Amino acid sequence: MDLRRLELAVPILGVAAVLLAGLIGLPLGWLFRVSLTDVGGHLTWANFAALFEDPELLQPLLLSLGVAFAVALACAVVAGPLAWLVARSDLPWKRAIRLLVLTSFVTPPFLGAIAWEILAAPNSGLLNQAYRLIFGLPRSAHAFNIYSVGGLVFVIATYTFPYVFILVANGLERIPRELEEASSILGATRPRTALRVTVPLALPALLAGTLVAFLEAMNNFGAPAIIAIPAGLQTITTKIWTLFQFPPQPGLAAAAAVPLLAVTVLLLQVQQRLLGRRGYAVVGGKAGQPDVVPLGRWRIPALLFALAIVTVSVLMPYAALVLSAFSRTLSITLSPANLTIQHFTFVFAELSGTKEALSNSLILGVTTATAGTLLTLVIAYVVTRRALPLWRWLGYLATAPIAIPSIVLGVGLFFAYTHPPFALYGTLAILFLAFLTIELPIGYQQFQAAFRAVHVDLEEAGRILGAGRLRTLSDITAPLLWTAVVSTWCLVFVASIRELSAAILLFTVDTKVLSVLIYDLNESGDPGAIAVVGLLMLLITFAVIGIAYRLPRAGQRSRTAVAEEG
Amino acid sequence: MKSGAIGLAALAVAMALGAAEPGRAAMPAPTTITPELVKAATAEGKVVFYTSVELKLGEDLAKLFQEKYPGISVQVERTGSERVFQRIGQEYAASIHTVDVVNSSDASHFLYWKEHGMLAPFLAADMATEYPPNAFDPDGSFGSWRVTLSPFAYNTKLVKEEEAPKSFKDLLDPKWKGRLVKASPNYSGTIMTSTYETLQALGGWDFFEKLAQQDVLQVQSATEPPRKVATGERDVMIDGSEYFVYALMDQGNPLKIVYPAEGVPMITSPAAILKDAPHPNAARLFYAFIFSAPVQQVMVEKGGTRSLDKEVKDRPDHVPLASLKLWPEDPKAMEAKADEIKKKYRQLFGG
Repeated sequence: MDLRRLELAVPILGVAAVLLAGLIGLPLGWLFRVSLTDVGGHLTWANFAALFEDPELLQPLLLSLGVAFAVALACAVVAGPLAWLVARSDLPWKRAIRLLVLTSFVTPPFLGAIAWEILAAPNSGLLNQAYRLIFGLPRSAHAFNIYSVGGLVFVIATYTFPYVFILVANGLERIPRELEEASSILGATRPRTALRVTVPLALPALLAGTLVAFLEAMNNFGAPAIIAIPAGLQTITTKIWTLFQFPPQPGLAAAAAVPLLAVTVLLLQVQQRLLGRRGYAVVGGKAGQPDVVPLGRWRIPALLFALAIVTVSVLMPYAALVLSAFSRTLSITLSPANLTIQHFTFVFAELSGTKEALSNSLILGVTTATAGTLLTLVIAYVVTRRALPLWRWLGYLATAPIAIPSIVLGVGLFFAYTHPPFALYGTLAILFLAFLTIELPIGYQQFQAAFRAVHVDLEEAGRILGAGRLRTLSDITAPLLWTAVVSTWCLVFVASIRELSAAILLFTVDTKVLSVLIYDLNESGDPGAIAVVGLLMLLITFAVIGIAYRLPRAGQRSRTAVAEEG
Repeated sequence: MKSGAIGLAALAVAMALGAAEPGRAAMPAPTTITPELVKAATAEGKVVFYTSVELKLGEDLAKLFQEKYPGISVQVERTGSERVFQRIGQEYAASIHTVDVVNSSDASHFLYWKEHGMLAPFLAADMATEYPPNAFDPDGSFGSWRVTLSPFAYNTKLVKEEEAPKSFKDLLDPKWKGRLVKASPNYSGTIMTSTYETLQALGGWDFFEKLAQQDVLQVQSATEPPRKVATGERDVMIDGSEYFVYALMDQGNPLKIVYPAEGVPMITSPAAILKDAPHPNAARLFYAFIFSAPVQQVMVEKGGTRSLDKEVKDRPDHVPLASLKLWPEDPKAMEAKADEIKKKYRQLFGG
């Protein structure tokens, strides 16, 4: 009986494995194929040669690497201390600050870039206007110029630092109190303990976060498209996209995507090496409540530092978007006469693309989140319980998309699904596949961590009582994992709604999504309408997160249902 | 139609277009908009319009159409002409036929589409009587839907009239460094056309190479430089849509147009029906509608465009084309140079 059910489970898990392999293998296969062939389909190195010989391609690549390095550095310097303050000190308003950092985390960088244009364009930027007004300076003076390499680094860092923050804060909270206590018992001063114990233990998390920040910055498309192009600069991602414009040069686009892939894989390898060794340090120690360090007279300066960060990343840009959404004139002035709802009327009643983009985004968000949650749940189960032969490979596959920048995946998917037998271009399905692939690692990692916390004994009990693997998974494991299910669903939903890099290559008129609509409006230069659609997108994001965390615990419900059935 | 100049200019366009298709060219017989056509179009229920016209104006026209023909919705897909061209190319390559009626400000696109058999010739009855014959491609594959110029414009609060640049040469004065904005031929057909004409008139890239040293703010759409000047982000626009400057001036923005001494780029923006249009009847109805005198009148008055329709009265504040030195269009020659222009432009300005 049990054996039969097990055998039923194997093909299902097997299908999931094959799907996964296809999902990632197909686009990457096409990417390499296109990069290595010429128009006639012959094997050639010409595309890669052009990449290094043509300054039009080499410069964007170098700029991307430079920007990514600067962003990573800035994130480490800012988010490391902030994470420590929130996780380990007696900083006031910690909850609010953490919440605002998470708000910055879910804000799409392209929207942040648009908001920062409103704030820091050299002449019309609100901050520059205020700067001139306060100091009585002439019009040629400006404090900030967002259309510059510095501006680009600033904007990307503003929406990337939460990665470092989250990883470091979590890392610091997991440091066992005993280790630090041991240090002080042995006579070390507080600073010495911090320097010799806390910092080394937090270093792997800081390194991991900085690396993620580097990759995010290098692979970002939206922010450079909005900030760099007006300054006459191209990054490698905007360049790849340009190569898709008329006359399209798919071979070059594919070749230009390969270095991004290579750098990403390389850096992830480095990270694994470094963390693989260090990560063990705290395993085994049962983490007590971490020690809270009193800041004393540094409390107020520290608070100001934290407030400055969230003001720059969330409060000011959100205010700029709201002002822009309600401003009648193109130049924003604060007066009741300038107040209007005309941009809302335009977006919701006149703009013919809004309704379709909204429904496409919601459909994709819900389907990707649901399918992604289910798929990664199954994969994480197989890997942590070693339920299939080759389980290790499934784990690798589910993590692999981390190493594939979204725009690279977009290029690969475009080739894979515009050719038979899978002619999916022009349907929502191609966007669904893109988003699903991109979000796999997030879901997988969430569940992997959650599974480790669920004791195998509980599942074994189910199996002994005659339930098959799938039944055990649905009736015992899933309810216990409910929090992980909800948070994974939310993460994938939010990430799908804001995705632009792959969507910009894969959409057609009927499959336009909100992020692409915003991008289109930005190219036409419609600040009021952009602000309205942007705020709509943020509203959906926060509403979904809010609802998800207020849902009744389905685990309890399903257990009651089972009892009633019995 | 007040001035003969616009007819003359249109003639220049039409002659160039005619030259594209030597030999046989038969105009289709004018079609009257019958209740049957309206019924068939209503049964289709929808028309998809890919256009490069300013978004608000495009949606306004859609609204007018929906008021006149309830039951047919208009999907306006607005982006830059070069993007319109790229999107249709990418979609048609994958056998996706979404677009019914197309408008682009890069007239050479229509030569390409016609050459590839993608257009369906059509002429409505009142189009035949109201427009000069040379407003249309010889076999009626496309027609000159709107005309605009790409002049300079400045913010009157930031620049005094006597200081404003009067010629292309003036723009190279160091005092304009960091104060100029221009759109991109890689996105906008209007700018593609104006760039081509400027290159012809000024004799090569020398001007643009010097201009690239002026810290020019590089935006995409030809409708964006007027906005950037209106907000005061930059003082002077080097190129951009004349019609949208008028639309912004109507809203009270402090803008003033300058027609440069060397000459003004003129841009004819044709429209056409796709042969594989998914809503063929609605496409014809919409095409006839946007060429009709009342709609053209709205476009001139509210949108600031110029019209070839003889029944349309020009705006009193439009500087008559007869008084301007207009640079001629040559879509055929432009088509041959387009890729080279895009590449060189990107090298200079990045955008």
